[in-house]
Amino acid sequence: MAKKFSAREIEKLAIDIRQELIKILLEVKSGHCAGPLGAVEIYLSLYFGGLLNYDAKKPDWPERDRVVVSNGHYAPLLYIILSKAGYFPEEELKNLRKLGSSLQGHPHRLSLPGIETSSGPVGEGLSQAAGMALGAKIDKKKWQVYCLMGDGEQDCGNTWEAVMLAGKHQLDNLTAIIDRNNIQIDGFTENVMPLEPLKEKYEAFGWKTMEVDGHNPEEIIKALKTSRSVFVKPVAIIAHTVPGKGIDFMEWEYKWHGRVPDSKEAEEALRKLRSLKGKIESELD
Amino acid sequence: MLNPDFNFSPKIFTSEIELKASRDGFGEGLVLAGEKNKNIVVLCADVTESIRMHHFKNRFPERFIELGIAEQNMAGVAAGLAATGKIPVFGSYAVFSPGRNWEQIRTSICYNKQKAIIIGSHTGLNVGPDGASHQALEDIALMRALPNMSVTAPADALEARKAILAAIDYPGSVYLRLAREKSLVFTSEESSFAIEKSSVLWLPKEDEKIKYSGIAIFVSGFLVYKALEAAKELEKEGISIAVINNSAIKPLDKDLILEWAKKSKVIITLEEHQIAGGMGSTIAEFLSGNYPILIHFMGINDTFGESGEAEELIEKYGLGKEAIKEKVKQILISKS
Repeated sequence: MAKKFSAREIEKLAIDIRQELIKILLEVKSGHCAGPLGAVEIYLSLYFGGLLNYDAKKPDWPERDRVVVSNGHYAPLLYIILSKAGYFPEEELKNLRKLGSSLQGHPHRLSLPGIETSSGPVGEGLSQAAGMALGAKIDKKKWQVYCLMGDGEQDCGNTWEAVMLAGKHQLDNLTAIIDRNNIQIDGFTENVMPLEPLKEKYEAFGWKTMEVDGHNPEEIIKALKTSRSVFVKPVAIIAHTVPGKGIDFMEWEYKWHGRVPDSKEAEEALRKLRSLKGKIESELD
Repeated sequence: MLNPDFNFSPKIFTSEIELKASRDGFGEGLVLAGEKNKNIVVLCADVTESIRMHHFKNRFPERFIELGIAEQNMAGVAAGLAATGKIPVFGSYAVFSPGRNWEQIRTSICYNKQKAIIIGSHTGLNVGPDGASHQALEDIALMRALPNMSVTAPADALEARKAILAAIDYPGSVYLRLAREKSLVFTSEESSFAIEKSSVLWLPKEDEKIKYSGIAIFVSGFLVYKALEAAKELEKEGISIAVINNSAIKPLDKDLILEWAKKSKVIITLEEHQIAGGMGSTIAEFLSGNYPILIHFMGINDTFGESGEAEELIEKYGLGKEAIKEKVKQILISKS
């Protein structure tokens, strides 16, 4: 059965996950850094907040909730979370992006248990999540579909086609969680292609929206809980996050979207995270 | 001569022969499929009646999903439905699907290995007056390049009806290529159709007066009947050829192709599609490594279509009965 952690435990665990992220990205020398670092609390709260129904020992359990990761470049974070959840041994993480590995550069459904859909090209996860939610409605199933999205993919026409459809079909079994970190490859989202007012846009398409601090597990878990009791509307949780969270020289620097640290930078990043962890631990004591 | 082993319509080559578009046969078959299998869901993007999905919609409204003009979403939603155990059948004009949503088909359906049936209607020049923007001439190339995707092009309405039923039962995703314009229904209820099988329709007549010219035509879709008409007239003129309905574009019916390549000296491929990447290319790719033989490609040669009546366009672009006969004669002259 699913593991459960308290909001406070998740806060602490988030630092470990960030350290893990830096280590495996250093090992592989390619991939994405800032986004996954910023979304750690979102993923932890979803998988370990006590709301997601899954059984890592039975990844095909028909009654499980579905998690669709639309922005596949968050793969390193997803893999760490899935291994923590028990889908596969943590030793596998060191094989990320390597030849013959089941940890593909972007998630591949057929390579690894716990992955509902292959992704990479952004903007099409919400369509698939909506399809799953429609399938559940047709069969009168009770499971919930969660779609983890980035904010850059809010540029995609495909995203809004799916937003429209979910509103039309009143898919209250669908919850989208948008990592609003304000960066994409070419710069800040509002410079690349303005998204605001994002909340109002979703509402205009028939969705219920909630805004949360994406680094506050308590807020995220509360919003996830609320989303399950919303009727007749799909729910979008806009989680405001800091890209590169926890590592000061990466925070808010969009150049870290699509690059990874070299060994010196990684060392510095791990040092920052260690001192952050020390701070949290002393607060907990 | 007509292949005696193939169950043709008894009305073939008579004025009684039925005229019906392959999209109509598909629409009927889809309802039959829906009756047989309650997991079938149908998705369309604002062209429901036009691609003949309205019969299914009327019969099974709870299993029909209207996406609006949003083909990318349609492919993704279909993949999501497939993930829940449904068998999605989705379609539009082929220019829009798989034209506009190719990457979604690639990633969400093929890479994910979710089974979906993709209906590309309004393919070829026979779309007619709507013009080049609506005439899909590239869809075979788009779809056959994708792993985990098969491609079939039925030759008439009855084959299209059988094709959708066969595609439902086929282990994997299928792209079903359909035509807007009516064509003569030369097959029969009894004739067989399978996704991975092509069929020999016209056998070279051989007796003391006439010998096989060594020319075999591989043709698919709307043009198959034209090739049959050409073969019949050529036979009267003393030229004996073979005509194969190459409906199985991917996977190819390799045994059949190899058999006829070995029996022949020259192959003609004929299709309402760009020569680049089309049905003819699949045959050339296969034969070049297995039984190299001269191939003449009849198709669209790196150009767009235009407005006009279907028959006018087929003639103008050199794909009709006269053009086929001409091509056969040219080959014979150049070889003699």
